[in-house]
Amino acid sequence: MSTATTTKTAELPEPTPPSTTRTGKSGPAVADEGRIGVRANLRHIGALARRNALQIKQDPESMFDVLLMPIVFTLLFVFVFGGAVAGKGNQSEYVSYLVPGLMAMMGLNVSMAVGSGINEDFQKGVMDRFRTMPIARSSVLIAKIVVEIGRMMIAFAILLIVGFILGLSIETSALEVLAAIGLSLLFGASLMWIFILIGLSVKTAQAVQGVGIVVLMPLQFGSSIFTPPTTMPGWLQTFTDYNPLSNLADAARGLFIGGPVAHDLLMTLAWSAVITLATAPIAVAKFRKKT
Amino acid sequence: MTRIDTIPADGTTAVTVRGLVKHYGATKALDGVDLDVREGTVLGVLGPNGAGKTTLVRCLSTLILPDAGTAVVAGYDVVRQPRQLRRTIGLTGQYASVDEKLAGWENLYMIGRLLDLSRTAARRRADELLERFSLTEAAKRPVLQYSGGMRRRLDLAASMIGRPSVLYLDEPTTGLDPRTRNEVWAEVKRMVAEGVTVLLTTQYMEEAEQLASELTVIDRGRVVAGGKVDELKARVGGRTLEIRPTDSGQLTEMARALSETGLDGVAGSQIHDGMLFVPILADEQLTAVIGLLGARGFDIAHIGTHLPSLDEVFLAITGEKSSEQADGTHHDADDAQLKGAAA
Repeated sequence: MSTATTTKTAELPEPTPPSTTRTGKSGPAVADEGRIGVRANLRHIGALARRNALQIKQDPESMFDVLLMPIVFTLLFVFVFGGAVAGKGNQSEYVSYLVPGLMAMMGLNVSMAVGSGINEDFQKGVMDRFRTMPIARSSVLIAKIVVEIGRMMIAFAILLIVGFILGLSIETSALEVLAAIGLSLLFGASLMWIFILIGLSVKTAQAVQGVGIVVLMPLQFGSSIFTPPTTMPGWLQTFTDYNPLSNLADAARGLFIGGPVAHDLLMTLAWSAVITLATAPIAVAKFRKKT
Repeated sequence: MTRIDTIPADGTTAVTVRGLVKHYGATKALDGVDLDVREGTVLGVLGPNGAGKTTLVRCLSTLILPDAGTAVVAGYDVVRQPRQLRRTIGLTGQYASVDEKLAGWENLYMIGRLLDLSRTAARRRADELLERFSLTEAAKRPVLQYSGGMRRRLDLAASMIGRPSVLYLDEPTTGLDPRTRNEVWAEVKRMVAEGVTVLLTTQYMEEAEQLASELTVIDRGRVVAGGKVDELKARVGGRTLEIRPTDSGQLTEMARALSETGLDGVAGSQIHDGMLFVPILADEQLTAVIGLLGARGFDIAHIGTHLPSLDEVFLAITGEKSSEQADGTHHDADDAQLKGAAA
């Protein structure tokens, strides 16, 4: 309808001042215009994050990706490719190359789950409840991200434990390792906005997985996560050079075993900022309008 | 054909809707709806599937934006003041709007926190409402394990946490068995007694009659009738008593005997399908009719009453069929009761 936006505010019969007609019998006092303050917003995010965490308790299988992926992938890559990449018997050297990079991969895979989660919520009536409540609509999305970051941290912890068992050596300080973890979490969180956007755009939760895989595979393998790109053909090397996962993997690696990190670190920060700024507003707007 | 009540001069209208339009492509889900709900009353919005009932509720609860028209709820404009409005409304939909994976208590606690209650207050309110809706025993169980009726009760409880002044009930008993349905009705009546204004959508004349004081009948996104339930019933006709004599040859004789009594409306009895249909305006008439037939020694094989179905309502009001044929409401319970009375 072309008249849609022009008519809806035009003709209110008698604009009633809310303060006089409102009986005021419910709810605590709020600021004018019903704006939601920062503290209230944090409380809402907390309540919603608690909900997401309780869902995991009810459905423990949803933690399989976080618990098993770091173990399976690390073992697989170290023992299948490790010898070929680093030379027979040098697997432990490959572990130190692989594990920091695997954080980038885990982050990507875990962030994908947020898309299917949002999509599932919309299939259920509970989203209607949230959207008729006096809360910022973004708080539903942010709570989801908070819990997914928690899941990511668990995945990283398991990854590091497996890594240490297989001979991961850290040449730097704890501070730098924490910086690498923080950087991976930041980048993972920015990716979640992309998957939230996909989750809001496709019809079913399975479709989120489908779309995700198509994007993920080339990004993951066309990067410096698993092998140094030096043996790849020139065109592919160009791709890996610009692949943000390479930047993240190289930065994390530098922070684990030393070497120059400034460029990759800045690139990762820049990528995270660009992805978030480009997709978060669209995702929130789409979330608001979705019916 | 359309009858619209004007806004009462005393200004006690909790919901005012004027010319509300919502189109989905070529489908006119709402095609200029006007209605009013007076504060502290229940307005029943009666209509078949696809009449626009759910679209109306979604517009009034800020879930979708109307294309045109205005709606003011509790003094707040639906389009311009959605944030303020959300503090004063509650919504219980056709599909349970609670988190199935969470325990009942956790659902209510979460909603309390989202409504800015302190931890203690949210805890107390959750306990209190579970108690009130007889869900205390199931408090710690995930909603997935709840029966349909328990879910609907939890949903109502969830809508009550913020003590809303206006409550929307979108087909609150669709898909429930009769016993559970009665429980939900009892809860709704209780809320109304506490001063909540309710906008109720339903497909069932019986539900509207039970809960609503006024009725708006909608079809294809338009209001086709409106007014007090009693007025509408008078236009549509009340219950009908159906009697099948053991000997169908006695049908005309029975009809004549009844018309001689001079009871209101009974003269309008009709015979078809081997049965006598007697319009009933008051409960006393039932007793009178059955007593008379018994006194005259007629043998009765079957007896029952039924309310007009949605379709009969439409037929009576508009002279047209509704956009979708709905089932009539037949009461086995009434049947049994009358059989007992007749014996």
